[in-house]
Amino acid sequence: MASYALKRLLQGLITVWFIATATFFGMHAVPGDPLTGDKALTEKIRENLEVKYGLNQPVITQYGIFLKNLAKGDLGISFTQENRRVNDIIAEHFPVSATLGVLAIFFAAIGGILWGALTALYRNRLPDTIIMLLVILGISVPSFVVAAVGQLSLVNLNDMAGTSVLPVGGWGTVWHMIVPSLVLGLSTMAYLTRLMRSSMLEIVSSDFVRTAKAKGIPAAQIFTRHQLRNAILPVITVLGPSIAAITTGGFVVEIIFAIPGLGRYFVQAVQQLDYTVIMGTTVFYGAFLVFMVILVDLIYGWIDPRVRLE
Amino acid sequence: MTNAEQTATTFSADAFAPLAQDQDVQSISRPSLSYWQDAWLRLRANRRALISLWLVVGLLLFTFLGPVIWQIDPTIQDVEQISQAPGANRSVTLVAEYEPWQGQGSSRFAFAETPTTQSVRLQWENFNPSYGYRVYRTPYSIGPERAFGLPLAETLDPFFEDRLDLRPMNYYYTVMAIDADGANTNNYHTIEGTVARVITLEDARSRGLVTTQANPPIGTKYEFAWHPLGTDYLGRDMLARLMHGARVSLFIGFFAPFLYVLIGVIYGSTAGFIGGVTDQAMMRFADFVVALPFLLFMILFKVMTNTGPGESGIIPMLFAMVVLLWPATARLVRGQILQIREEGYISAGRLLGAKTNYLVLRHMIPNTMGVILVTVTFAVPSAIFTEAFLSFIGMGVAPPTPSWGSMCNEGIKTMLTHPHELIFPALFISITVLAFNMLGDGLRDALDARMRNRE
Repeated sequence: MASYALKRLLQGLITVWFIATATFFGMHAVPGDPLTGDKALTEKIRENLEVKYGLNQPVITQYGIFLKNLAKGDLGISFTQENRRVNDIIAEHFPVSATLGVLAIFFAAIGGILWGALTALYRNRLPDTIIMLLVILGISVPSFVVAAVGQLSLVNLNDMAGTSVLPVGGWGTVWHMIVPSLVLGLSTMAYLTRLMRSSMLEIVSSDFVRTAKAKGIPAAQIFTRHQLRNAILPVITVLGPSIAAITTGGFVVEIIFAIPGLGRYFVQAVQQLDYTVIMGTTVFYGAFLVFMVILVDLIYGWIDPRVRLE
Repeated sequence: MTNAEQTATTFSADAFAPLAQDQDVQSISRPSLSYWQDAWLRLRANRRALISLWLVVGLLLFTFLGPVIWQIDPTIQDVEQISQAPGANRSVTLVAEYEPWQGQGSSRFAFAETPTTQSVRLQWENFNPSYGYRVYRTPYSIGPERAFGLPLAETLDPFFEDRLDLRPMNYYYTVMAIDADGANTNNYHTIEGTVARVITLEDARSRGLVTTQANPPIGTKYEFAWHPLGTDYLGRDMLARLMHGARVSLFIGFFAPFLYVLIGVIYGSTAGFIGGVTDQAMMRFADFVVALPFLLFMILFKVMTNTGPGESGIIPMLFAMVVLLWPATARLVRGQILQIREEGYISAGRLLGAKTNYLVLRHMIPNTMGVILVTVTFAVPSAIFTEAFLSFIGMGVAPPTPSWGSMCNEGIKTMLTHPHELIFPALFISITVLAFNMLGDGLRDALDARMRNRE
C-alpha cells in the first residue's frame, strides 16, 4: 500500500511537470506578451520592463528560472494586478472555489446515492419513472442554462416573498453558497443517480443478497447493510473525475453568480496573457486534479479490500 | 448368424442406388442474421432509441432543409422589432410627423396623449414649484425597495416628454419631487402606461409597408414581418439564426468526435497490440494529455491559427478538441484490444499464418466496432456541450456567426426581460444532447449484449 502510494505520487509529480512544461511553451508560442496591452509603451519603457520581468532572456532560460522558482513553491508576481503575488491570489481565491466545489460534490454524492437507491427500490414504478426523467433532464441541460435558470428562480422567489430570501449573487455567508453549489452539482448528481441505480440493480440479483434473504434478515436491513454499501463502490470511483468536471463547471457558475473564485481569475488571466497567473493557476489546478484522482484511488482500495493496489 | 445371411441375400441392386436428397439434414428455421442486422432488430424494438433516432433525423432536416424553406437571412436586423417574443403584437399604426410640444397644464398626473413609440407626453399638477421634479422610467412595477428605474430628466415645468428609445411595451413613469439639494423626497407619483407602436408615413415607405405613390390616412394599421420564434437583441430572426447555428453546433458535434475517436482508435489499438514497454509509455503520454488544461490550449490553438476577434473560431475549436480529447477513446480501445488479443480465434488466425495487420484490421477492429460506435454516440452530445460552453464564455464561435452556444451567451444578458432569447437555443441544445444520449443508450443495449439492462 505505502509503496503503491509512493509510486502513484511520483507519477503524479511527473504529470504535473509535464503540464507545467506544455503550458509554459504553449503560452510562449502565443504571439504577444503581458506587456502588449491597451497602453502603448515607448521603446525604452518596454525594454526596462522586459529586463525587470526577465522577458528579454531566451525562452529556455525563462523556463529554467520558472522551474527553479516552482521547486521553491514561488509562482511569481502577477503582470496585470499591482503587486500581487500569484501565491496570494491562489491563497485568497482558491478557498472560495474549493468550498463551492466541495459543497457541490457533497450535494451530488448524497443526492445521487439517495435518488439512485430510491429508483432501484421502486424499479419501473412511478417514483423511478419520475426521477429518471429528471435525471435525463439534468444530463441534457447545459450547466450555464441551469445556472441562469437557478438565478432567475431566485429572483422570482425573492419577488414573491417580498424580501430577500436568498441572495442572488456574491459570496460571504452560507446563504450565498446554497444555490450555486446545488446548480454546480446538478449534472454530477444526475450522472451519479444513473450509476447508483444500475449498480443497485446488479446487486439485487447477487448471491449474497439471496443468502441474506434466505437467512431471514429483514428487507430493510438487507437494503441498508448489504445492497447500499456494496452499490456505493462504483460511485466512489467516478468521484475523482467528477471533481475535474466540477472545477471546469465552476467557471460558469462563478461568472453567473458573481463569486470571487479562482476560475474567474483563470479565464481573465488567459485573456490578458498574464504569464505568471496562467502558469500558477494551471500548475495548481493540474496538481490538484492529479492528486485528487490518486486520493480517490487510494480511498477506493481502502474501502474495497478486494481491489488490490499494485 | 443365420439371420444376417438371410437379410444379406434379400438386398436387391437398386437398394445401393444413392437416395435423392429431398430433406435437409439440418434446417435453419429462421434466416441467419449478421451481427449488424441483429443489432438493428434490437434497436428497432427499443422505443426510446427509436424516438431518439427520429429526433436526430428531425434535427438534420431542421439544419439542412430548414434554411431552404425559411429563407430569411439570419444577419438582417429588423430594427422595429428588437427582442420580440414569439407571437408578440406586430401591428403598427400610421401617425403624423412629430411636432414639438410644450405642455397644456393639467390638474392631475396623466398622459397628455396616448403614449406611442414616437413620444410619451406626461403632465401633472405643479405640486412642487420651488425645486422641481425628477422623472423616472422603468419597465418593472415599483416594489417596496422603490426602484424607480432610469432617471430621464430634471425639470421645473409640470410636464415632460419622453422620446428616449421607446419600445412598444408597458412602462411605469414616476414624477419625484426633489428638494433643494436635488435629492429624492417622499412626494412622488407613479403612472403606468402601454406604449403603442407607431410609424410615420416616410418610415413606412422606407420599410416597404406603403408604396411611394400610396397616401393612406393617419391611423391605418399595418403588420411588421413575422418572426415565428421572435427576434434577438439586434432584431435578427431567431428561427433563421437557430437553423444557421445548428450547422455550426452539429458540424462540431459530429466532426470533432469522429476525428478524435478515429485518432483514439488508432492510438489505442497500436498500444494494445504492441503491448509491453511501448504500451506503458503510450498510455502514460495519454494520461498527461488528459491532465492538460483544456481552456488554455483552446485559446492557444485559436491564436496559432491566427483567428482574430470577430472571426469564427470553428476550426481552432475543432483542432483543440481533437488534440485534447482523444485519450479517453484510446484507453477504451486499448482495453478491448488487450482482451481480444487473448481470444482463441486470434491464436488460431496466427497459427494459420495471418499477418499482424490482417489480424488487427480483420478481427480486432471489427470486434471493437460496437464499443467504438457507442463511444461516438456519447461523444456527440459532449462535443455539443463543449462548443456551447466555450462559445458561452466567449472563447468559441465568435459573433456574428451564430451557434447555439453563442446564442445562449447573448440570450443570458437579457434573460430577465426577454427569456425567449435564452430558452430557444438552450432548448435546441438540450433536445440534441437528449436525443444522442438516448440513442447511445439504445445502441449500447443493441450492440453489446453484456452491457444490456445496465441503464
